[in-house]
Amino acid sequence: MSFAKSKFHHKALPKNELGLTYRDYEGAISTLCAGCGHDSISSAIVHACHELSIEPHHIVKMSGIGCSSKAPNYFLNNSHGFNTVHGRMPSVTTGANMANKNLKYLAMSGDGDSASIGLGQFAHVVRRQLDMVYMVANNGVYGLTKGQLAATSDKGVKNKAGEISLFNDIDLCTMALQLGASFVARCFSGDKAQLVPIIKAAMSHKGFAFIDIISPCVTFNNHPDSTRSYDYVQDHITTGAITDYVPIKEEITKEIPAGRFEDICLHDGSIMRINKLDADYDTSNRMKAIIDVEEHKQRGEILTGLLYVDPTSRSFHELNETTETSLNQVKQDILCPGQRVLANINDGFR
Amino acid sequence: MSEIKINDLVVKFANTNGTGSASANNMFAKAIMRMGIPVSAKNIFPSNIQGAPTWYDVRINEQNFLGRRAGKSDIVVAMNAQSFVADINNVCDGGYLIYDNSKQLPETLLRDNIHFLGIPISSICLKEFQNPRQRQLFKNVIYVGALAALLNIEFDVLKTLVRDQFKGKEKLIAPNIFALELGHQYAINHFDCPINYRIERRDLIGSRIMVDGNTGCALGALYGGATVVGWYPITPSTSVIEKFASYCQRLRIDPASGKKNYAIVQAEDELAAIGMAIGGGFNGARSFTATSGPGVSLMAEFLGLAYFAEIPVVLMNIQRAGPSTGMPTRTQQSDITACAYASHGDTKQVLLFPDSPAECFELSAMAFDLADRLQTPIIIMSDLDLGMNDHLSPPFQWTDKQKYDLGKVLSIRELDNMKQYGRYRDVDGDGICYRTIAGTHPNKGAFFTRGTSRNQDAVYSEKSADYVENMERLTRKFETAKHYLPKAEISKGLQNTKVGLVYYGTTSQAINEARFMLQQQGIPVDLMRILAFPFGDEIKDFVDHHEQVFVIEQNRDGQMRSLLITELEINPSQLDSILNFDGLAVTADAIVDGVQAQMDQQQQEVI
Ligand SMILES: Cc1ncc(C[n+]2csc(CCOP(=O)(O)OP(=O)(O)O)c2C)c(N)n1
Ligand code: SF4
Repeated sequence: MSFAKSKFHHKALPKNELGLTYRDYEGAISTLCAGCGHDSISSAIVHACHELSIEPHHIVKMSGIGCSSKAPNYFLNNSHGFNTVHGRMPSVTTGANMANKNLKYLAMSGDGDSASIGLGQFAHVVRRQLDMVYMVANNGVYGLTKGQLAATSDKGVKNKAGEISLFNDIDLCTMALQLGASFVARCFSGDKAQLVPIIKAAMSHKGFAFIDIISPCVTFNNHPDSTRSYDYVQDHITTGAITDYVPIKEEITKEIPAGRFEDICLHDGSIMRINKLDADYDTSNRMKAIIDVEEHKQRGEILTGLLYVDPTSRSFHELNETTETSLNQVKQDILCPGQRVLANINDGFR
Repeated sequence: MSEIKINDLVVKFANTNGTGSASANNMFAKAIMRMGIPVSAKNIFPSNIQGAPTWYDVRINEQNFLGRRAGKSDIVVAMNAQSFVADINNVCDGGYLIYDNSKQLPETLLRDNIHFLGIPISSICLKEFQNPRQRQLFKNVIYVGALAALLNIEFDVLKTLVRDQFKGKEKLIAPNIFALELGHQYAINHFDCPINYRIERRDLIGSRIMVDGNTGCALGALYGGATVVGWYPITPSTSVIEKFASYCQRLRIDPASGKKNYAIVQAEDELAAIGMAIGGGFNGARSFTATSGPGVSLMAEFLGLAYFAEIPVVLMNIQRAGPSTGMPTRTQQSDITACAYASHGDTKQVLLFPDSPAECFELSAMAFDLADRLQTPIIIMSDLDLGMNDHLSPPFQWTDKQKYDLGKVLSIRELDNMKQYGRYRDVDGDGICYRTIAGTHPNKGAFFTRGTSRNQDAVYSEKSADYVENMERLTRKFETAKHYLPKAEISKGLQNTKVGLVYYGTTSQAINEARFMLQQQGIPVDLMRILAFPFGDEIKDFVDHHEQVFVIEQNRDGQMRSLLITELEINPSQLDSILNFDGLAVTADAIVDGVQAQMDQQQQEVI
């Protein structure tokens, strides 16, 4: 089921540079369970895109299958979207990106979708540095198929039916770091203050940006034995780096006392400012980020924030040296070598 | 002395995989073509990289019967010790065995009804060449030189071939010609040249070229405007992409910027390969992938998505012998069912069946128009025999008048002028709806593509009426597809007959010879070659107008026959199968035997 939202706009709604209100970035009314973390992610995406003043039709929403993968229905009505097959959204996004590099690819997947059936495609899209934002709504459980354990479930936890997770969990952030992702963050869906700027930063980043978003499943994984419940996450969260996203025109770096902030210039020229709460936290150290995630995990904590960013990363198309015009726009006279060339080719086979 | 045979023989080259014999053998075949005589070549190779036996069969036939000939070869060049005994037995009575007699042949191997022509090939190479690689490679060139003397092939033709082949690598020309001369001279000095098989110049080639089908597919994709490729290596489809890539490097680099007008990704597996092609098609680029049996199995789920979500995409399936890993380097036409109904649910896919490299080109280029026009996957059903062997083929054809048919894609202006847009509204009644591409319009035409059921406006819906309407429209679209697809080719015999042969793809190579042989035995036949699925009305007509129809297929289960029966509601008793599934290309003899056997059996039943 899907419900249409009313088209009514309140005049007082704030407008962005394009003259659009956040309502212009919304999607259909969600059919997810009331309180599902995924809806908070949708809402954060709406805010991030509105604040960034991105034209909605320049964004393509990609997803696999699962409750999380349904979420793109619930934001950005004026963007094209593609709900693909279970676990194989990365390849479809790769093809879409190959066809048109001049759009932004915002992808939403689940932990079942990405860490189980789609783990191979996840790994390969990371190593190809595809220019996209890849978000995993991580609830440690299969929502859509009603509560089975996911590969991201912590070892030893129980699902709602009482089944215990016997095996090691897969940490998608450490995997992404290890595979060379140039932007890796972990957030909590309930912490909009952290999530919105991270999504904004990821969308401004060129290359592969990964955000693992702890997103509790109220229906199947919000019980006392879960390590992905609202209560558990809220109690065990620690923040590695607080980010603030500053559009380039408002750059105010000089006024900030040295030592507290680290500004990173993103590819689109905007600045991302990292507020280092932890004096040691260095967002340019890939190895350290992996260790930090692990250390926090061993203490039963979830480290959130921007874990790593490499602002100099190169995208797939740069590496591939593709033409400036998006490939879906190149005209026949350029693509087709024509009759005369074919006559020559034929001669080569005589 | 037996009679002299002109321009009608089979030469088999028995080599060892990895010794570089392919180009010498190919030079031999090409020289015959350049002398104006129809010739075909088949490479029979193991699923192994180096060391195992390989064979290269060249059939020379001025009547243009170029399918694989049944039975033994007239001349065997036996260069592989491993297969030597079998190769000797493969020479027909009165035929010739050419072998390296640098070491003496054991008496036990001798047969007295064939001619043994020993050439001390290794010794000659050892004496004349210093470099070990050259010693190995030139063995092959030496026997080609000897064959030229034995069969009376014009030596100048060979010399020109060498010059053409090594254009840009001039240093290699002289030693190759020298090696040819060594073989040639040895044969003239030691044997009674020419032998009873001879090549005589003719003018029977016309504009034809000698090329493999995968090159045709690759060039077809290039000319058809493909820009996005995801792929995963698998024999025998790999060279489609490798050739596409190398032609792109030559012909698709923007001269001003040096940048590429294409993108190719070697995917992690076939799931990703077709996923990429679908992503490209979704976003408005002409996209394709190439694979073979096991890859098709993996792609099935995605093909169902592309069918239901209505995404244009092209899949080139170069079939090999299944099931499972089957015989990876042997040919078959056994993916008909798997492709026609690829994926779960009521899914149907559009198939095209090329029969020559020229048709691989034409249908591949056309596939991109069809995919865009019909917004659905188009599967090219080639096979190993067509894809990897050199065939005498009409030249590739393209006229600059041909314009890409991008199908029903709405522009920003068209969207502006539209009151209401709905992705799955059948505005024209042909089952094909209008699509919009991401990025076109700021606030009109965006929709969600999905594999789940939806209503006409692309909104998720599980309402029975919405689902049924959509599925019926897809059926309507499949009907419409027939108007855009190539019709079956029907060839009536000179005499009226009630016997029809139905075939498709590479069986073409053997069919004219089979028809000729049947005619000689008093069984005139009409022919029908199927070029596409869904089937056009002419196919049912042909079956209805013949009392006895044989469907010739290179698979065990008569998959095309089943498809014809199911799709056209043909009475199964109207169609008999002639099946060949040993991994080698079907021969005219097999077809003739099949027809005869079944006719005899039916006669007996009547008695
Ligand atoms: C090939 C295939 N296998 C299984 C399924 C069934 N399935 C649908 S969603 C899902 C799991 C979703 O879990 P997750 O990605 O964690 O998303 P969530 O629903 O928890 O947000 C499964 C197994 C499917 N759709 N396709
Ligand atoms: S089942 Fe869980 S994941 Fe799915 S919508 Fe409900 S709360 Fe969200």
